[in-house]
Parts: sequence; structure tokens; C-alpha cells
Amino acid sequence: MVSWISALDRKLLRDLFHMRGQGLAVGAIVACGVAIMVMALGAISSLELSRDTYYDRYRFADVFSNAKRAPERLASEIADIEGVRTVETRISRMVTLDIEGMREPANAQLVSLPENGVPRLNGVLLYSGRFPDPSRPDEAVVSKAFLDAHGFTLGSNVRAIINGRARDLEIVGIGDSPEHVYMLGPSGLLPDEKRFAVFWLSRRALEAAFDLDGAFNNVNVSLSPGANPQGVIDGLDALLEPYGTGGAYGAEDQLSNAFIESEMQQLASIAAIIPPIFLIVSALLINAILARLIATERQQIGLLKAFGFDQREIAWHYVKMALGMVVGGILVGFVLGAALARLMTNLYANSFRFPDMIFRLDPSAFVIGGGSAAIAAIVGAIASARSAANLAPAEAMSPAPPTVYSKGVLQRAFARIHFDEPTRMILRHVTRWPIRAAVTVVGVAAAQALLVGTLFAFDAIDEMLEQHFNRTDAYDAAINFVEPMNYSAVREIERLPGVLSVQPNRDVSIRIRHGQLDERVWLVGVDPTGRQRRLLDDNQRFMDMPEHGLALSSQLASMVIAGVGDRVTLEVLEGERPVLDAPVTGIVNEAMGWPAFMDVDALGVLLGESDVVSGVYAMIDPDREAAFSEAVLARPSIASVALQRASIESFNETMEENINIMMTIYALIGGAIAAAVVYNAARISLTERGRELASLRVLGFTEGEVSYILIGELGLLVFLALPLGGLLGMGLAYLVASSMATELFRIPVTIDPSTHGMAATIVVVSSIAAALFVRQRVKTLDLIAVLKTRE
Amino acid sequence: MNVLARSQAPAPDTDTGVLLSARGLTKVYDTGEVKVQALRGIDLDVRRGELLVMLGASGSGKSTLLNILGGLDRPTEGDVLFEGKSLTRRSDAGLTRYRRNHVGFIFQFYNLVPSLTARENVALVTEIARDPIPPEEALEMVGLAARLDHFPAELSGGEQQRVAVARAIAKRPALLFCDEPTGALDSKTGVQVLEALDHVNRELGATTVVITHNVGIADMSDRTIRLSDGLIVDIDEVGRTKKPSELSW
Repeated sequence: MVSWISALDRKLLRDLFHMRGQGLAVGAIVACGVAIMVMALGAISSLELSRDTYYDRYRFADVFSNAKRAPERLASEIADIEGVRTVETRISRMVTLDIEGMREPANAQLVSLPENGVPRLNGVLLYSGRFPDPSRPDEAVVSKAFLDAHGFTLGSNVRAIINGRARDLEIVGIGDSPEHVYMLGPSGLLPDEKRFAVFWLSRRALEAAFDLDGAFNNVNVSLSPGANPQGVIDGLDALLEPYGTGGAYGAEDQLSNAFIESEMQQLASIAAIIPPIFLIVSALLINAILARLIATERQQIGLLKAFGFDQREIAWHYVKMALGMVVGGILVGFVLGAALARLMTNLYANSFRFPDMIFRLDPSAFVIGGGSAAIAAIVGAIASARSAANLAPAEAMSPAPPTVYSKGVLQRAFARIHFDEPTRMILRHVTRWPIRAAVTVVGVAAAQALLVGTLFAFDAIDEMLEQHFNRTDAYDAAINFVEPMNYSAVREIERLPGVLSVQPNRDVSIRIRHGQLDERVWLVGVDPTGRQRRLLDDNQRFMDMPEHGLALSSQLASMVIAGVGDRVTLEVLEGERPVLDAPVTGIVNEAMGWPAFMDVDALGVLLGESDVVSGVYAMIDPDREAAFSEAVLARPSIASVALQRASIESFNETMEENINIMMTIYALIGGAIAAAVVYNAARISLTERGRELASLRVLGFTEGEVSYILIGELGLLVFLALPLGGLLGMGLAYLVASSMATELFRIPVTIDPSTHGMAATIVVVSSIAAALFVRQRVKTLDLIAVLKTRE
Repeated sequence: MNVLARSQAPAPDTDTGVLLSARGLTKVYDTGEVKVQALRGIDLDVRRGELLVMLGASGSGKSTLLNILGGLDRPTEGDVLFEGKSLTRRSDAGLTRYRRNHVGFIFQFYNLVPSLTARENVALVTEIARDPIPPEEALEMVGLAARLDHFPAELSGGEQQRVAVARAIAKRPALLFCDEPTGALDSKTGVQVLEALDHVNRELGATTVVITHNVGIADMSDRTIRLSDGLIVDIDEVGRTKKPSELSW
């Protein structure tokens, strides 16, 4: 009978079936690794496609700038800058909103729309309703998330404090814009749809409200293909300089876009760091399984060679076996990864306001995921396959010589301690097969490391929050003025109800330059005597504001590669736009952002101004918060108010939902690795020592006593793996933190002891579960067979 | 020759003369498709302190009988009494206790733990025994006093089997079961093992049951029984006509 499958392949399939438990364990690990890779790559391609589609359809601009007040005729001059394709001027202002039922004010960005409602750049997607009638100044299109969060609909009225006057704006349209995919309000940490909105009003309405007739304060530009953005930025800065510009910037510095980029960068880091851990463990397991299998099949291999199979065929046979073990895992990983990518994409729809979150799985995700798993399998198989191929047939067909043991290093080291014989068996087995023991230790340690290296993120978040809310930014409210104000504005704030103390600040937009590197950042002028906005050194201790020179956030210091003692160039991007040199006199630790700091008086000298402030930090009596909110809303000079309490609440709300889901996923994945490694080690041990253990059962050892020999060894290895895993986990945490750090966030590496404890608990519980599962097999040991058979 | 008709078997002897008795043992292996009748009705009394040899060709049922007498397997029908108490009604844990406290086993392929030295292989058993012989003493009884700290891989086959004998007798078992103890050995080393067995049988009074297909060994036994096709076909009161050193095969 001619068969479509060779006899050798039949043997392969039967062997695989026979080893299905171990195959499943390896497959599970491969599935996790492939799934995470497919998930991350799938989420990246979905974000990319959703972003590109949205940007393209609604004409996202390439370069952005602003001014205090620029005449409209400048628009044609801007259009003449080389490389500029389209120019859209507009009016944009932050205002506060007074919403019934909310104790604290919300903030809104008002953005003007041209007469026809359709800007040439940064268009507004209208979900329903219409654009405002230019003749009706109180009509607005409002961002969808805010409306949904408050239950407003078309026709609802929202009270905005515009230039000190309360005005009821009627919602005539529901919209969104590619500029605000990630809707972060002033001093917010996460998008807070309740407290931040974008309102699009007619240009005419905003011209009247802000006294900007025939003028603009905001301009977007798109570039011709191949144009140099920096040239356009410089051109814009030159044109707008006389009109009080804060400096032009490209899409990479546009806040919403930067968050999308940063998310994609973090996903890419996940895809690069986490799956390799799974694949390394799977390669190690395959290596151990095949090494044992080849020892068992020694005589068969000799026979095959005697029949005339050549080395290549024998090696390929075992490589195929390794591939057979992972192929199921790869397929499951594809399905699971696709499902997770879809889940992630749906979750992104909550934080990124794309009109359509488009789900796309790029085929390359499967190629990369499946390909790397296959490579891991081959790498895992190669040593065993080679040793099988190299067995001399005559030698292979005779039984393997008895295993030579010696009193191991462990036991010599503890010569004075009396071990019972089963414990000696454990110790000698471990030292006799050090590589195999090491594989188990490394595999379990990898599980522990993975848990520590992922769960630490929650400690890091706690640390960031603690640092931000309780130490560096310990104020209750941050108030920003529409434009820099005289110091008397601080006194006015101080007199508002509920205000306990104030600390003025002066923020100015600058470009900092060191050598070839430059960054556009906020220079924050800090009152050195203030206790509300403070600086921390590297060791998280409060440090004094240097009297002269600049303190750089460590983030910024590494971006421009500058340290204490270096001199940097500051280009102030507003007012007289002075350019000057200043020494770096301190490096400070900031949880978020990458600002530079200066003594507020020194900054005043630098800017040639005195007693000018751009905002105030305030401590508020919690019992009088409502009165404060009401009073602050009525002030025309205030652009935005952010209450820390509200930020914390909103942050916790958002995080808590995610934390439980993520914790569970990490625990399952880490536990799966530990269980798979322990299960495999136990199965290999059982195959190898089945005869020995059955003999002991014949000699009157109980199942429990025999299990001790089997499981005690694993217990010892797991015990050794935990501290190693803890150390590796710390390393992984550093790697994750440094590769996930973006310009927007720096992740502190703080690992709480409880995180180590939690990781160890998950590893130990999963290991025990796997060991107990294998212990069941001790019951099935064939006591009669061992009387007769030779190994 | 004294052939026992199983249908007229006398009642089990409950006085001190009989240690182990089997009545009406049958064993059927049911593989699903075929039923193999391994034992067809065995009655046997093993006397306290005797050295009993069971002879038979392969398939005669001698290993099955040994497994049942040794507490490794249960008969399909019939009963085994150890010191007058039934073995067949015991649980698995009860059988483990029986093996642990009363039985010593010697296997054809020694089954030593490769990771333990000779002394430690014996200690393995003495650690869980109630009143053991010190491992060194047990090894001395089998002539291995000089090889205490050698690992199995460092010992010859005969030496390994003598370690197995020492391991089996160190717990002072009431019963010693030996399954083809010389099966893997040449004549000369086989004799050394048989001498060790003979020695411990006399010295400790352990009732010893040896199964073998080697007819030559019968001459050193007190009694020899012959099995064929699941039945005892012959019991021969040999009376130790030869010393082990006089045997050869």
C-alpha cells in the first residue's frame, strides 16, 4: 500500500501525540509570545491606519504656530514661504466653562471656523447637526466626548466664561478634529472628557469676543511634497515674530499627535522586548525535551542509521519534531493575538478619539510572529538534532552506559549535614544534570522576571503620582492667565475665597540649544521660597532652585545631552525674543514632561521684565472649593484652571478599570510560563526516573515518598529561581522603562517589595499546580514492569 | 514426587510453620480483545524460613504468582494469607505497608538507584524500616564491605546484585522475593549472588522465594515447585542437596 505519509513521519506524529502534554506546555508559551507580538504589531498598524485615514480626510496640518495678534494680511506672506502649500489662519483661545452640578470649572479650547464651516486644514468632522451660523455668535460645534460625558445633546446650552463674560453657547453640531485625537486638557495627565472640550465657533464670533477683528492668533500650514519643515518653521517664526509668537512647531510636537506616536513607540517596545522572553523559554524547553527524547530513542536512531538514513534526514526528523511542537502554539497565538489586537484597538477607541477606529492586521505581524517562533524552535532543536545525527549506529544500538554519578558539589559543600537518601538523590540528580537544572531555573526565573518586569508598571504609576501630586506639584489649583500679567493679578487671586496661599509662576516658551541638539520646551520660572511647585534631585530629595542658571529636567538633559556646568543657548520664543547663553546649574527629576526651570526673578531679568507672571499655583481650603471655583470663573484674565483633586480622581477612575484587566493578563501569562517549565521538567524527570521511582514503590516507598523525590527537586529549582528571577525582573524593568520612556513620560523604576512577593506567589502557585498535575502520574507507575525490564 | 491435587487442598496451616499461603489463585489478564489466563488455580503454603525455588518456562505464570505473593498485584480470584491475614482485601496503601514492613525484593536487573552509593542504596531502605540492620553490616553479609562508597556505575553486575541483596535483607524482611536474580549474570558471579542469598537465608531466617528458569538452582532449595501453564505441576522436597558453590550452569 502506498501511503501519502512516510513511516518516519508517522513515527513523528505518534511521538508528538505521545508527548502531547509537553507539546501543549511548549505550545502555550509559544502562543503567548506570538499573541503578544501579533497584538502589539496589530495595534500599531490599526493605530497607524486610523490616524492616516483621519489625518488625510480632515487635512491634518504639518506646521503649527501662534501669535498674540497678527494681521490677516500676513496669511498671503505665509503662503509665500517656500514649501508652504496651504495656510489656514484662525482664532484659538482657552476659556473656562461653568457647568451646572460640577464643583470645579472645566476648560474649553475655542477654535474659529471660517464662514463656510470648512477649514482648509484641521477640518472638523461633523457627526450631526450643522456648523454655526456666522451671524449667530453663540452657536457652537462641540467635541463629541464632552457631550457624551455630560449627556448634552444638540440644542443644549453650555455656559462659557469668555473674556470675563458668562455666555450661554448653544450646541448646534457635534464634531471632532484630527488635532484633538488625544484630548488632553491643561495640566491634565490623561484625557478627561468631563473637564476638557473643544468648541468651534464662527470666526466672526471669536473676532468680536477677543477683539481680534481682521487678525488671527493661530495658524496652521501644510507643506508641499518634499518641503523642508524646518525651513517653514523658521519662515513662520520670522514673519510672526513682531506679533508675539510662541514659536512654530512641526507635527511631532503637536500634543495629540505626539501622544499617538508615543503609544505606537511603546507598542513597538513591547513587541521587541516581551515576546523574545517567551521564545527563549520555549527554545530552552524544546532543547530539554528533545535531549531526553533522543536518549530514549537512542536505539531507534541507531536502527534508522543502520537502515541507511543519513545524518541530514535524522537531524531534520528532530527539527520537524520541534516545529511540530510549536506549530499549534503559533496558530493559537495568531488567533489569540488577533483577538487581543482587536481588544486593544477597541480600548484605544476610549482614549483616542478617532471617528472610526479601523482595525487592520498587517500580514507582516503574522510573518514576524510565526517566523520568530519557528526560528526559536529550530534553535532549541539544533543541539539535540546534531547529537542524534552524529550517533554512530553500532554504538547507538547498544544500550546507553549507566549514568555515572558522583557526590555533587552541593553535597560536598554541605558535607557535615546529614541528608536522607531521597534528598541525596535530589541533590545528585541536580548536580549530575546541571544544564537541565539550569534550564528549569532559567525558565522559572524568566516567568518571575516577566511578572516583575510588567507588574512594576503599577508601582511606577504610584510613584509618578506620588511624586507629581504630593511632591513636585503639591498645589491644589493651577491657574493660567490668558497672557502674562502684572504681579497685581497674583494679589487678586490671593484674595479669592478659599485661597490659603499662592505661588506665582512665569512660564515661557523657549528653544534650548546645546551643540547640534535643540528642543522646544517650557521654561518655568519658580519662586524659590514657594512650597507648592518644587524641585526634586536624583535621589527624590527636595532641592533648592539654583539662584542663577538653569535647572534641566533629567529628561531634557538627556535630550540635548547637557549636564551641570555646560552652557546652553536659550532662544526665548515670545516677547522680544532674546537669545542668550546660560549655564546648567542643576538637574531635576520630573515625573512628567521635560521642562527647564529658573528662578522666577532671574527669569524676569532675562526677559527684561519685572513682576510679570503667567500663572499662579494655589492652595485651596477644601471646604470652600465651590466658592473658589465660582469666583475664579468670573475672572476674565484666566484661561484655564486645573484642580489637582479632579485630576487625581479622573486618573484613578481611568486607571482602575485597566489595572485589574492588565494584572490578570500578566498573572495568567507569567503563571503559564512557570507552570509549563515545571511541568516539562517534571515530565522529563518522570520519564527518565520512572523505573527508579517504580522500584522504590516496589521496595515499599509510599506514593508521597516517591513524589518527594520527583517534586522536591523541582521545589529546590524553583526556590533557586526566585531570587534570580527577581534580579532579572529588575533588569527587565529597567529595559522596559528605558525603552518605553517617551518625551511625554519617563517611567521610574520603582519595584515595591510587594510586587516581588506577588510575582513569587504567582510563580510558586503555578509551579505547585503543575507539579501536582504530574504527581498524579506517580500513581500510574508500572510496578510490575520494572521487575522485568532493563532500562 | 509429591503432586498436590488442588481440589483437595488442605486448610491453610495457621500454626507457626506457614508464613504465607495462597488458596485458589487465578489471574486473568483482560486486554479487551483477548483474555489471558495466567494462573488457573494455585494453592501453595510457603513455610517459615524455607528457601523455595519456583521453576517454569516463560509464560508459565511464575512471575504473576510472585507479583501476587509480593503484594504488587491482586488475583482475579482466590486469597493470599500472610501470617493468617488476607492480603487481597488490603488497599493499595495496605499493600505498600506489607511490602515496606515485611517484604524484600531482588530484581533481575538489580534496579539500584544510580545516584546513590552502595551504602546509600541500602540506607534508602533502612531509613524507612522499623528494625534495620545497619547498611554497612548488611553489605558485609554479602561480601561488599570494601565497596561501600562506590556508585552502581562503578560496580560489576554481580556486585550490583549483591548490593540489591543487601538492600533487600537490611530491613530484616520476613519474606525475600527474588525474580531471576542470576538472570543477567554469568555462572561465576551468579554463584556469588546465590551464596549471598543462601547466607542471609540461614543467618536471618528470611523466608526466601526465588523464581528462575534455571533448573540448576533447584538443588540449593529446601523445596522446588514447578509451574506450567498457570498451574503447579510438581513440588519437590529437595532439602538443600547442594551448596551454591557446587552449582553451575
